[in-house]
Amino acid sequence: MQPAQAEAVAQSWRHIVRLEKVDMTFGKVEALSKVDFEVGRNEIVGLLGDNGAGKSTLIKIVSGVLRPTAGRILLRDQPIDLEQYSVRMAHELRIETVHQGQSLGEKQPLWRNLFVGRQLVDRFGFIDVKKEKQIADQLLHQAIGFRGEGITAESTVRDLSGGERQGIAIARAMYFQADLIVLDEPTTALAVNEVRKVLAFIEGVKAGGRACIYIEHNLAHVHEVADRLVILDRGRVVREFARGEISLTDLTNQMIALHEGHARGRS
Amino acid sequence: MAEAESLRIRLLRIEGLPIVAVLLALVAAFMIAAPEVFLGYRIYMSFLATVPPLLVIAVALTLVIAAGEIDLSFPSVIALAGWVLGYCIHELASPWIGFVLALVSGALVGYVNGILVARVGIPSIIATLATQFLWGGLTTVFSQGLSYSLGDVDELWLWRLLVGRIGAFPMQSLWALAVAVVLWFVLNRRRFGEHLLFIGDNAKVAEVVGVNVAREKIRMFVLMGVMAAFASVLLTLENKNFFNTQGAGYLLEVMAAVFIGGTSVFGGQASVVGTVAGSFIIGMVEAGLVATGLQGFWVRAVVGIVFLAAVVGHIVMEEPERGRAVWRALQGKLAFHWKTRL
Repeated sequence: MQPAQAEAVAQSWRHIVRLEKVDMTFGKVEALSKVDFEVGRNEIVGLLGDNGAGKSTLIKIVSGVLRPTAGRILLRDQPIDLEQYSVRMAHELRIETVHQGQSLGEKQPLWRNLFVGRQLVDRFGFIDVKKEKQIADQLLHQAIGFRGEGITAESTVRDLSGGERQGIAIARAMYFQADLIVLDEPTTALAVNEVRKVLAFIEGVKAGGRACIYIEHNLAHVHEVADRLVILDRGRVVREFARGEISLTDLTNQMIALHEGHARGRS
Repeated sequence: MAEAESLRIRLLRIEGLPIVAVLLALVAAFMIAAPEVFLGYRIYMSFLATVPPLLVIAVALTLVIAAGEIDLSFPSVIALAGWVLGYCIHELASPWIGFVLALVSGALVGYVNGILVARVGIPSIIATLATQFLWGGLTTVFSQGLSYSLGDVDELWLWRLLVGRIGAFPMQSLWALAVAVVLWFVLNRRRFGEHLLFIGDNAKVAEVVGVNVAREKIRMFVLMGVMAAFASVLLTLENKNFFNTQGAGYLLEVMAAVFIGGTSVFGGQASVVGTVAGSFIIGMVEAGLVATGLQGFWVRAVVGIVFLAAVVGHIVMEEPERGRAVWRALQGKLAFHWKTRL
């Protein structure tokens, strides 16, 4: 592609990511079925659903960790080859994901955690340790969740608190300046004032003209920042609401009704 | 307290320091106990000739254990690759082809291990235990249980290059040093090594950060196989002999060298420098004890003591909390015995 053409493509796309009729089965378990889901280029999408509704599976497909069993994925309106799609390719296409809980190597120093998967290397393929450490130290000053007490690029993840770990995972996503940031329950381990910082970060993503998929159990948080809410239930998209279309109280009642529906279904 | 803590952290940054200290203490002890042997250079030349095969395998195994896996099949690679080399020298008079084919045989064994572990999904302790029997058994079949005596092998360039002597200095120690340096860089400064550390730390994390876990594991087992074959070549040429059980004694010694060196059995953490020191400790204890006049019977018991001391030492250095727990447990036990005896 010529630069001019590339520029034209860059200008013209509407959705950073679009899934069409995506199925995902694990053996006999149907985690997702016929899911249509899209995220606009400057949209914050809140993804809601009970445990096991398929939220994490959905974002693992978006971020290249899992390969769907059927369906299409379009990135910036271009269909992609599912055989080729991987975490590495997602990174190259500027899609960053903060996975729930485990996305850091516990025994590894922070500088390795920040750059693993896309290490800074010299022309002989050796990791540029000095540079990675230097950038890691800079990031630590700005990162969410840090009181900055004796934590350096050399510290290992297991020395950090839950909030600090989330902060590192988010800092990693921020550093690589993604067009789409996927956050899977980023506020779980955070104190109240740190949660505000995460919400401010998401608002910053919006202001920067970029997009975000935000999974969150705390309905008040998603309701506050999302442009659109998508509710998953047992692997299907069951409801969508644009911003302002539903009040927080009604949303809460909806979610409780879904949850009780399951309880009745089981009994 | 804070000063002691920062000193501890600074010392910890120096890779393998505690175990290198143990090695030096051991040498010092031998020098005091048997000065006539350990103050001369000959004993060290002898170590530099005998330790390299152990060291080469142990360093490669360090990477495997870093990734949270194990390889038990290398004793059979020592046999198989040795037979391939011996056959080519003895029957075909082609030492260089033998050298290359020996390495290829190691790569093949490693590749099969890698496929079984990474693609089929068999735990490595089981897969490589099975292939250890398979290749060891096949080597016995190929060699018909016979050995090769390679008496005039020292006239070959291959021999001079790999295990010849510069004065009294054995060439294989340079090759082993080269392997250790290269694999240190592979583990600590290459993407591949970092990926192994993350796989050993937590394979799920490795996957979500974009590591191709299966491919890296296969590459790792191939590397392990090639290194075991290279060690076998050094051993076979040094001994000027092939016999089909020549790998038998290595399994536990190699693993002991790795773990004495401070590599974590849980994966995600490894020290090549520690493994090098561990290999020399394992390789020296026997000769050292004999020279000091203690009977050979003591060798294994002393290895056990050094092993335990090293492992406890690593815990105390790296995780002071757990170190204190060990200490409290010991005190508790002693107090208990004391009371019951009263």
